[in-house]
Amino acid sequence: MSETTAQTNHVGLKKDDYGGAKTTLCVGCGHDQITRWIIQAAYESGVDPYNVAKTSGIGCSSKTPAYFIGRGFGINSCHGRMPSVATGASLANRNLVVIGVSGDGDTASIGMGQFVHAVRRNTDMVYIVENNGVYGLTKGQFSATSDKGAHVKSGETNAFADIDLCNLALNLGCGFVARSFSGDGKQMVALIRAAIAHRGFALIDAISPCVTFNNLPDSSKGFQWLREHDVALHELGFVAPYDAPQVEQQPGVPLSVDMPDGSHIVLRRLGDNEHDPTDFKAAENILARDRRTPGRIETGLLYYKPATLNPPLEDIAHLGDTPLALLGAEELRPSRGAFEGILAAHH
Amino acid sequence: MTASTVVNDFTLSVATVNGSGSASSNTILAKTIFRMGVPVAPKNLFPSNIAGLPTWYLVRVTERGWKCASGRRDFTVAFNETTIDQDIRLVPPGGVLVVDEDIRKAEQVGRSDITVYAVPMGSIAKPFGPDPRLRKLLANMVYVGVVAELLGLDLEVLRQAVHDQFAGKEKVVKLNLDVVMAGIEHARAHLDASRCPFRVQRRNLTGGQILIEGNQAAALGALMGGATFCAWYPITPSSSLCEAFIDYAREHRTDQATGVARFAQVQAEDELASIGLVIGAGWAGARAFTATAGPGISLMAELTGFAYYAEVPAVIVDVQRVGPSTGMPTRNQQSDIRCCQRLSHGDTEHIVLLPAGPEELYELMQQALDLAERYQTPVFLMSELDMGMNIWMSQPLRYPERPLDRGKVLDKEGLKAAAEFARYKDVDGDGIPYRTLPGTHHPKAPYFTRGSGHTESAGYTEDAQEYRVVLDRLKRKIDGSTRDTPRPVIEGEGEIGLIHFGSSAFAVEEAREILSAKGLRTRSCRVRALPLHDEVMDFVRACKVVYVVEQNRDGQLADSVRLRAPELATRVRSILEYGGLPMTAQPILDVLSVGKREPVHV
Repeated sequence: MSETTAQTNHVGLKKDDYGGAKTTLCVGCGHDQITRWIIQAAYESGVDPYNVAKTSGIGCSSKTPAYFIGRGFGINSCHGRMPSVATGASLANRNLVVIGVSGDGDTASIGMGQFVHAVRRNTDMVYIVENNGVYGLTKGQFSATSDKGAHVKSGETNAFADIDLCNLALNLGCGFVARSFSGDGKQMVALIRAAIAHRGFALIDAISPCVTFNNLPDSSKGFQWLREHDVALHELGFVAPYDAPQVEQQPGVPLSVDMPDGSHIVLRRLGDNEHDPTDFKAAENILARDRRTPGRIETGLLYYKPATLNPPLEDIAHLGDTPLALLGAEELRPSRGAFEGILAAHH
Repeated sequence: MTASTVVNDFTLSVATVNGSGSASSNTILAKTIFRMGVPVAPKNLFPSNIAGLPTWYLVRVTERGWKCASGRRDFTVAFNETTIDQDIRLVPPGGVLVVDEDIRKAEQVGRSDITVYAVPMGSIAKPFGPDPRLRKLLANMVYVGVVAELLGLDLEVLRQAVHDQFAGKEKVVKLNLDVVMAGIEHARAHLDASRCPFRVQRRNLTGGQILIEGNQAAALGALMGGATFCAWYPITPSSSLCEAFIDYAREHRTDQATGVARFAQVQAEDELASIGLVIGAGWAGARAFTATAGPGISLMAELTGFAYYAEVPAVIVDVQRVGPSTGMPTRNQQSDIRCCQRLSHGDTEHIVLLPAGPEELYELMQQALDLAERYQTPVFLMSELDMGMNIWMSQPLRYPERPLDRGKVLDKEGLKAAAEFARYKDVDGDGIPYRTLPGTHHPKAPYFTRGSGHTESAGYTEDAQEYRVVLDRLKRKIDGSTRDTPRPVIEGEGEIGLIHFGSSAFAVEEAREILSAKGLRTRSCRVRALPLHDEVMDFVRACKVVYVVEQNRDGQLADSVRLRAPELATRVRSILEYGGLPMTAQPILDVLSVGKREPVHV
């Protein structure tokens, strides 16, 4: 999609229409990069901003929904509780595009229970973890995704193994599991667009360096490490039916994964890597390989299973086209006859 | 029948083991008496256990229609080996004991002051159930027959009650009826019913009324009140409320042709999630509720405070049980009202509704949904185990005539007409701002909801003045809710006042009538909402002394009354009952007439 030739997207909105308030995070924060990619992805996909529900918990990452899609509706809830709030909103109005932004503390510690159950229920939402391996807002404590043996600026060493959220989500049956790096804009935008198009829970575990507390050269969640060690599984593209035809610039036939809404995720082989994200075993193998090799980070779409094979919660709940929020009394109150029938059983 | 026979005024007690299948038998007995036109008040005293611990099912029978417990066990069916000695002891002189002969022979009961009937329940059931498990279930039907014969229950009414209990399962109906008849025949052949001092005689005192569990009534309130979303985590005594709602909604909110549902429900992973789901749904515009008990309330504290401050509608039903901690999960208390009114950290205050009985649970559940959206805040509906899980006699519930109140929601058209939209601004002077729902297509509509400091236009702030403006308005908003919350019910005259709420009301009603017969007139003020209405203070002012009757240790409502009117604090006293058993009139009589605790001389 070329924004260079078009001032507006296919719904007639400019990129500025997807902007938000000015960030208050540290200069250079990975989270601000992700904010930019969310704006870009929503713009490219022509998301209706009024239908966007931005949800978050507590932490640096959870502040960011104020910084994108200001025409959307936001709810910055309590620490670790975004998954339940997002699930409630998603069921109340199934037309909403629910975007959840969380952090490693908010998801992998205090909110672990809710995260796990949102995956299990397959809430229709984009769930981005801005993962920096450290508690930023409370000034530099280790998080549950910090590597074992990692150091922070104070010199302390982390004694516990990290929790791999992608591995967890994969094993919980999540239909969209991706890992990315805030610095890889092209991959992030393609993944966010695909996640929005996906019906069901879409996890993007985005490594997003904390420049203030966890950007040491040997930190696997720091910029330098990621620039040197991030191995992209594929060159990722997202093509929606309304997108302009792509001009082939590179040789080779890409792998195309079709999505039920007519979109395609285009994956172009890079180097020796060849990963088919519909192959569960292959996704498991990648994560196992990364686990065995400390510091190795492979990014891209790890696993994808369409909603047709993995129905989202709103389908399981048999919701109709009219959002629950907009149903009127005449659709909600049983008739007098039905009411008398209920009471008859109690005489 | 003799001259001393007591007609329609006794309490039947069935002592069994939980999990033994006696619930059906007891319901059949209660329903039969009710359908003979005689009021009943059933109370199930059950343990926190699935099978094997003692259970008592009490049915108070009175022509006056008292709904509280009597505290007596005039006619006891003893079916539980482990509690047999206690059960024998608790029969008052002049009472009746029907005992399973396999547990205790008549001559071994050792009470000459009561009438004893020993019945070989198991032997009577044996021909009907070769399988021991089935036989055990059927033995419960034997006592139904025996009790029916001794009390003179109408056989046709009894038959119909058995039919209704096992509706649709004709084989089961026939088998159970056969066993009931065997019980009746045994009683006719071997027991002298004329020695039984209690009889039920037909009356016309229940016409038009219904029998319903409070949890069902509240669930029906949710259905009729337009609730579209229910999130819950299983906990006694609230689970059956949500389950009843789901059953009603599956039948009445599902398009039979397409299967499309006009409701959603989530059985959450815990109460942290159930309140989060409700808040998310309420924020997005669904009429959402959850039901829980004390431990769940504790877990909901943080998000409830968030909803108060961020102004998100939510209805929370607390079916109270004995606390603190796990407490006694299957016993009754009214001990969560302080906790609920102030749930969460910071300066937080919630609207709390205090229904008494199924009719009000039904009505106030609907009103709670309206108030939550009108005031954009969490609203607590305080039920109790006694009200929620027992069957109550009730006036028939009324079909709602009022439209649903969806509160101050600006849609696209409303926004076009409005000069401006600031989410947290008091436009109308009532402390209640306007809100928009996510998905509203208008440039003025979007706003950002946060639990951190915010301005009138929903912007982030750490400015002292901007923060205070919002916080002070919230205070005005909740204080002003007394405009719309149910007013106290005040009646009677005299210098002694009784303030009460919830299930205590039924004990107060009986106590007041007994006192009145003795010449002591009292006033009564049944509180139905917090914050307290001014009328409650006027009531205290009009009395020389006021007793706040409640089922908790600390006098939680009494404290609220004293805090509201410190100058009247010395005349506010407490009558407290918190052992977990269903409330009786006795604690009130103890204080006001017999003077066992704290004599009053007016």
